[in-house]
Amino acid sequence: MDMRVTDLACARGGLPLIEGLSFAVASGEALVLRGPNGSGKTTLLRTLAGLQPALKGEITCPPEAMAYAAHADGLKSTLTVAENLTFWAAIHGQAGIGAALTAMNLTDLAGRQAQHLSAGQKRRLGLARLLVTGRWLWVLDEPTVSLDADSVALFAGVVRRHLAAGGAALLATHIDLGLPEARVLDLTPYRAALPPDLGFDEAFL
Amino acid sequence: MIALLIRDLRLAIRAGGGFGLGLGFFLILTVLVPLGVGPDTGTLALIAPGILWVGALLACLLSLDRLFALDHEDGSLDLLATSPIPLEGVVAIKALAHWLTTGLPLALAAPVLGILLNLPGPAFAPLVLSLLLGTPALSVIGAFGAALTVGLKRGGLLMSLLVLPLYVPTLVFGAQAVSRAAQGLDGSTALLLTAGITAGSAALLPFAAAFALRINLR
Repeated sequence: MDMRVTDLACARGGLPLIEGLSFAVASGEALVLRGPNGSGKTTLLRTLAGLQPALKGEITCPPEAMAYAAHADGLKSTLTVAENLTFWAAIHGQAGIGAALTAMNLTDLAGRQAQHLSAGQKRRLGLARLLVTGRWLWVLDEPTVSLDADSVALFAGVVRRHLAAGGAALLATHIDLGLPEARVLDLTPYRAALPPDLGFDEAFL
Repeated sequence: MIALLIRDLRLAIRAGGGFGLGLGFFLILTVLVPLGVGPDTGTLALIAPGILWVGALLACLLSLDRLFALDHEDGSLDLLATSPIPLEGVVAIKALAHWLTTGLPLALAAPVLGILLNLPGPAFAPLVLSLLLGTPALSVIGAFGAALTVGLKRGGLLMSLLVLPLYVPTLVFGAQAVSRAAQGLDGSTALLLTAGITAGSAALLPFAAAFALRINLR
């Protein structure tokens, strides 16, 4: 299985950010997206995940094969760690959260409410959600924000196991994940040229 | 989908979930109206059906702006949109959870509060029945309004303005069913129309709401 993206263009807030982007990710591969702030990493990942339509171009992989993880973890603060994770497992039709809890080192926190977790622990719980989706391609937006060095290494191990099991990952990140085998794609050359004149009407929209 | 329903019910019952907010508002309104209007039993019996229905409607509206806003803030809505459940199903289930935590308790509490307003005896059964049939429409229409305004800061005001006109038919027929019964007349036509509005909005509005959500998530 693989994902092929051909001549993709996507926009944020009506302004084109990326154009002419083509790449492919195959099973067992990780692709790291790089680029300065505002270069369209999040927009690209949201487009791939099916949350917004592409301006043009083709994506061969359906959004149903992707597990998307955004800046926000989607946690409910009054539910416990186990309840949060069980909910996402049930939504994706998977049973058993034990492996995900162990993998992200959350077993000791399982009974604690999410509002009492630290930022890094919340992030680990958000990433543990990926393991209960059962999906092939992980689409991750800054997955390591607020993780300490040990947790980053833990997460890199989880990604590596996912790749070894035939999965794939697409990561937008600024830091070094400790995944030397991952390919790097710099988005800077694909930056869309701004339209020269937005016109009077556009300025007021 | 059942997991989503269970989660929403659990969230509503836990601290800060807002369960009981609508019920408390309904109670306060119906306790205060006799104090404001005066103790004349004839007047109270005349206005009781309308007051009970308006109170139930406003109580429903009170908790609606949180329906999608909370899920949008913590990112769950994005994740639900990329999950195997269709967004139409998400809307329908969230509206159902809202009704179970708001509309159903209101309908069950209404007879007790009807006593406070000197509601005539024959009107009690139609009151509960009309609220049971009508409040699901309030939740579904409200879910549509909440979906339209989900990305907006302080969208609650705009949502109320959008939703209130859509509530008018339900209110008119629901209150009519009760007041006709209070006057000893047959209110079944109004009851059937209330049920019809509920059936129609439950069938159509989840699709409209899901469409609005998709646009707002872009």
